[in-house]
Amino acid sequence: MEQPAIETYNLSIGYSSKQNETLLNSNLELSLYPGEVTALLGINGAGKSTLLRTIAGFLPPLKGEIRIMGRNRISIPVKELSRSIGIVLTDKSTIGTLKVFDLVSLGRHPYTDFFGRLRTKDYQIINEAMQRTGIEHKAESYVGELSDGERQKAMIAKALAQECPIILLDEPTAFLDVTSRIELMLLLRELATSENKSILLSTHDIELALTLSDQLWLLKKHEGIKCGTPEDLVLDNTIASYFAKESICFDVLTGRLNYVPEGRLDVFIESEGAKAFWLANAVKRCGLKPVGSPSDTAIRIKWTAEDTLITLQFPNGKKQTISTVGELTRMIKHF
Amino acid sequence: MFSLIRGSVDIPLKSIINILSGNETEKNSWTNIIWQTRLPQAVTAMLCGAALAVCGLMLQTLFRNPLAGPSILGISDGANLGVALVMMGGAAVMGKLSMLNITGNLLIIGGAFIGASFVLAIIIWFSSKIKNAVMLLIIGMMVGYIASSVISILNYYASPDRVHAFVMWGMGDFSSVTLRQLPLFSALMLPALLFSVLLIKPLNALLLGEQYATNLGIKIKNLRIIILICTGLLTAVATAYCGPISFIGLAVPHVARLMIKTSNFKRLLPVTLLTGANIALLCNQLTILPGGNGILLPLNAITPLFGAPIILYVILSRRQQNYFE
Repeated sequence: MEQPAIETYNLSIGYSSKQNETLLNSNLELSLYPGEVTALLGINGAGKSTLLRTIAGFLPPLKGEIRIMGRNRISIPVKELSRSIGIVLTDKSTIGTLKVFDLVSLGRHPYTDFFGRLRTKDYQIINEAMQRTGIEHKAESYVGELSDGERQKAMIAKALAQECPIILLDEPTAFLDVTSRIELMLLLRELATSENKSILLSTHDIELALTLSDQLWLLKKHEGIKCGTPEDLVLDNTIASYFAKESICFDVLTGRLNYVPEGRLDVFIESEGAKAFWLANAVKRCGLKPVGSPSDTAIRIKWTAEDTLITLQFPNGKKQTISTVGELTRMIKHF
Repeated sequence: MFSLIRGSVDIPLKSIINILSGNETEKNSWTNIIWQTRLPQAVTAMLCGAALAVCGLMLQTLFRNPLAGPSILGISDGANLGVALVMMGGAAVMGKLSMLNITGNLLIIGGAFIGASFVLAIIIWFSSKIKNAVMLLIIGMMVGYIASSVISILNYYASPDRVHAFVMWGMGDFSSVTLRQLPLFSALMLPALLFSVLLIKPLNALLLGEQYATNLGIKIKNLRIIILICTGLLTAVATAYCGPISFIGLAVPHVARLMIKTSNFKRLLPVTLLTGANIALLCNQLTILPGGNGILLPLNAITPLFGAPIILYVILSRRQQNYFE
């Protein structure tokens, strides 16, 4: 196996000021590998941003050591560090009156001379970075005119122009719509595989992280971090127990967090495939509990593949047919 | 050029060219006016304008606040207080120190620099505690008010002629640098202005905020101190010689940004320098209103007239608004 791009030993993270020290997590032993997209998950306050900021060097570690390409971070000069780690932050407050090209060219900062002059090679790298992220058609637009997705792409292009083997992103999908999120993750995957970059991003998007990241880091305040591939963590129930909470449970089959109703009434659904899945969805939302087998006390809902209408059968034997799930939910809501 | 032609006394253009090229002219007094008054005044206006404008630009970037400027943040007031202490307090103690005297000048500049740096240090100290940009501006204004009220108290105890001299100085005036003082004035201004040009690269990185700048290899703490010394010196020298001139530092960077429509310092900084110089010249020209009978308007009566509408426009204009977030 390749040498990790980032390793941490006995790392403690948190904030320290003169008066007190807020410890968020200790004893973190992490490895970030090249060619992989690693997603850092954790609820608010778990210390995701703090961990990213500590690795990036904005915050000092409270204890322990961070190694970048095998070298202790403290011993790496600022300039060299800026050629190793590129960052993309959450805040929207990038300057609006700057053109995208100028923004991306800031990534060349660690390489240009005292006056910041761009040589032919720099132009080449900037244009390439904009092409890779699909933002080259906006080169002459102002950053303030971009959509949220485009702005993230521009910031990633900046990080690419910086030519760092490691890219850290703090909640890059936060302001994006669903399709832009997937696009962004695919872009990051592409960069990891084709350019062997080590990519670490924090996110709240569990489904996206489960489907599109190579590694998951599950951070829990004061309880350390669990690492592994998404599939391993799902199958050994790590994820389920991480997110376990009253009335919320992780569905191992779909990879989604589900709402579990207490269930005023049992409902037996006689259906299959997509119809069965979405019927159960509707029933649960209305506060009823789908059960696996028919019983005397359960309402029976029949909607098989060949049925056009939904049939409801009550425990007392009364039957009713309706044509849409909408009608069904309006009816069962008050049971 | 225009500044040389216009003035309280009309001098034909032909004569001016003659004077500048060292030839004899019809009237000796004309030669005097050009060399002793109008030329130094034009040079002073240009240097001051450029200095204040570039200060405003650097402060706006450093504090990530489009409404920052030497006068708003109370830095001019700090310099003002330093000068007041020297003019009304220090000079009285040290006996008759002529205003034309080099040591006297250096004292005033020193006072202004200490005053300006002191206020800057206070603002920096607050800026590490308070992240909110508007709050920081309010703190700057409060510090400015305190400085002004200390000046008022000083006025109360000072002798009338000193107070008069100080009040006249406080109106803002580019004509107070004489030909003899010009070398020292330029010697202080030009290196600091040139130095600001050397800051283009780190200032560009700072556009994205301190964390991005750090990630690009900038040593933020050092850069902050360098910017502060540079702006402190420029504001102090401009204020010491010409009085606290309002609005040029605040408005000119926006004028420049509106003109070239980019925040990239490679273009913005030089354009700001030139625009500052030109607007200062223009304001200086406007102090010579027709029908004034040789009496000049104070500079600070002119600068808000052009500066305030620009700031209002910037606040209302959409693209600039992105800059505010």
